[in-house]
Amino acid sequence: MDEPTTLTETRIVEARPGTAEETSHESKSSVGASPLGELWWRKRFRLAEFLVEKLVTAIAFLSFAFIVLIFAFVFREAAPLFFSSGEVTSVASKPAEQETYGEEQLGDAQGGALAREKEKTPIEQTGEGSATVRNLVDKTWQPVSSKPKYGLLPLVTGSFKVTIVAVLIAAPIAIFSALFTSAFAPKWSKEVLKPTIEILAGIPSVVIGFFALIAMATALQNVFGFQYRLNAFVGGLALSLAVIPIIYTITEDSLTRVPRVMTEASLALGATKWQTALFVVLPAATPGILAAILLGIGRAFGETMIVLMATGNAAIFSAGFFEPVRTMSASIGAEMAEVVFGDTHYSVLFFIGSILFLFTFTLNAIVEIVVRQRLMKRFQGL
Amino acid sequence: MTLKRKLLGFSVPALSALCAFVIILMVVLIIGDIVLGGWGTLSWEFLSSTPKEGMTAGGIYPAIFGTFLLVVIMSIAGVPIGTITAIYLSEYASRRSILARVIRFAVNTLAGVPAIVFGLFGLGFFVQFVGTGMDQLLTGGVQLKWGQPNILWASLTMALLTLPVVIVSVEEAIRAVPRDLREASLALGATKWQTIRKVVLPNSMTGILTGAILAVSRGAGEVAPILFTGAAYFLPTLPNSLSDQFMELGYHIYIMSTQSPDVEATRGIQYATTLVLLGLTFTLNFAAVFLRYRIRTKSVR
Repeated sequence: MDEPTTLTETRIVEARPGTAEETSHESKSSVGASPLGELWWRKRFRLAEFLVEKLVTAIAFLSFAFIVLIFAFVFREAAPLFFSSGEVTSVASKPAEQETYGEEQLGDAQGGALAREKEKTPIEQTGEGSATVRNLVDKTWQPVSSKPKYGLLPLVTGSFKVTIVAVLIAAPIAIFSALFTSAFAPKWSKEVLKPTIEILAGIPSVVIGFFALIAMATALQNVFGFQYRLNAFVGGLALSLAVIPIIYTITEDSLTRVPRVMTEASLALGATKWQTALFVVLPAATPGILAAILLGIGRAFGETMIVLMATGNAAIFSAGFFEPVRTMSASIGAEMAEVVFGDTHYSVLFFIGSILFLFTFTLNAIVEIVVRQRLMKRFQGL
Repeated sequence: MTLKRKLLGFSVPALSALCAFVIILMVVLIIGDIVLGGWGTLSWEFLSSTPKEGMTAGGIYPAIFGTFLLVVIMSIAGVPIGTITAIYLSEYASRRSILARVIRFAVNTLAGVPAIVFGLFGLGFFVQFVGTGMDQLLTGGVQLKWGQPNILWASLTMALLTLPVVIVSVEEAIRAVPRDLREASLALGATKWQTIRKVVLPNSMTGILTGAILAVSRGAGEVAPILFTGAAYFLPTLPNSLSDQFMELGYHIYIMSTQSPDVEATRGIQYATTLVLLGLTFTLNFAAVFLRYRIRTKSVR
């Protein structure tokens, strides 16, 4: 796939000088007739090519710019927490500047600008209900009350609980299924399983959430007798349905990329099919499988709709996997719509978003830089 | 030893077959449950009428319309940018150039950013920053028009989310265009851009279409990015301007099944709405699969 393109590119470069102009101004031969005109055309022509290339590059660069913008703007809204906790509270406590989301708001812009203006002069003062970095590490999440508490611990543990359940269920199922398709599967089952995975990947998360909320939670409660119908386990199980396609696809990809020489050598030495699959192919694809699991964790950690609908959404700080939990992403989804712009609660939700972003970004970077390169190195020369 | 080997030799394939079976079973269960639950309520009446009696009766036409509008605006914004990025990655950038690697990394990262973070970004950037800025410029901040959630900001947020989908599938299609075609064009004296415009792009049109369809399917199904950038619980009228809020299928499912005053009474509506959304995304996905299959067979020939 890659090889031909690089070849083409070098050829394109070779082909460009000299030959380019002829066709372009065949119709305008009157201009091309004089050597001066020829030169002018050639120049203009190269300029156009140059401009197009720069424009295309600039637009391609937008993807990177968006990442930077997401960083900047999600963090910007969370920043007041760290620079002027006292100030933010004072803005929120002025009823004149309080605006609720979604309603006709007059002068919100000035309010926001004012708040931003004030951020520049941080005053060390910790009022009741404000969120300092210290207050964020607390066991109670009660953002809407007379004395709001912004302890993130229940949310963080909630996110981890659901993610752990989801990945623990999804990873073995997905990896073994991938092994099945690449090593054992008869042709017909391959043609069933792969499209099924694609279908599963295509089911919108809100549909999975709905299914979990209405059908799965009740069924599981009937079977296992959970005290709470919606809990971390149900949420994690539903979430695993969203994670399976990711882990499966990447694992299957890295399993098929294991060089044939390796499998053939193993088979030639007398190993059976399953021995080859388990002791040769699977270990050889470990970096890819690791990448699959990491990306699965990232997906599970950031997924919103499924956990919002299927975990019960109670911010309880506990270790139980069969109790309702509220995850970080679900808190943003559930509370952002009712929050006061520029308020501490607003900033805390953006802060949670920043954590989610940083977490998934780090996982991605690890996958990109560490895992892929190791995979490349391992198969080099084969 | 031999017993252990025999046991393993049986259990490894059996276990992996079981896992594969579990996946198929779950998919069948989900689809079966939703089709069975929603089929009874689904009718032309349901698809073409507005919600009535405090959303406990009536249809979902505004949500279908809103979803349609959302994906159209999203495609107009996202598909050209995605296509051009794919052109850059496959035609202009050499594999080793740092810029191309940075862009590739950015695209991969963009694909991994949680949907809810896109929602936050849409709120912080489009609504609060761009929207409020536009209000300041246009009316001096007196009138609040753009500085609040609306369908334009929701669509642009969604365009950002679906950008990687477009880029990946367009790039695949462009790379599938045979080298001979490019070389023939170049040998005839066409420049690089002429070759791209007259040879590469027409030949990867199906791929661009596939990318757009996949993006639309993804965009129609995502709810988290529009939770607070423009989706509304109930609107008496259809949106008729870019600065209006809108109803959306996925959001409708979420809201009806979690926050409706009488969740049990509207179960039929919930199921039928879910069935409509599922049907929509499946139709789109199958179209994309079909197109992609055609590209692959073409590039082999």
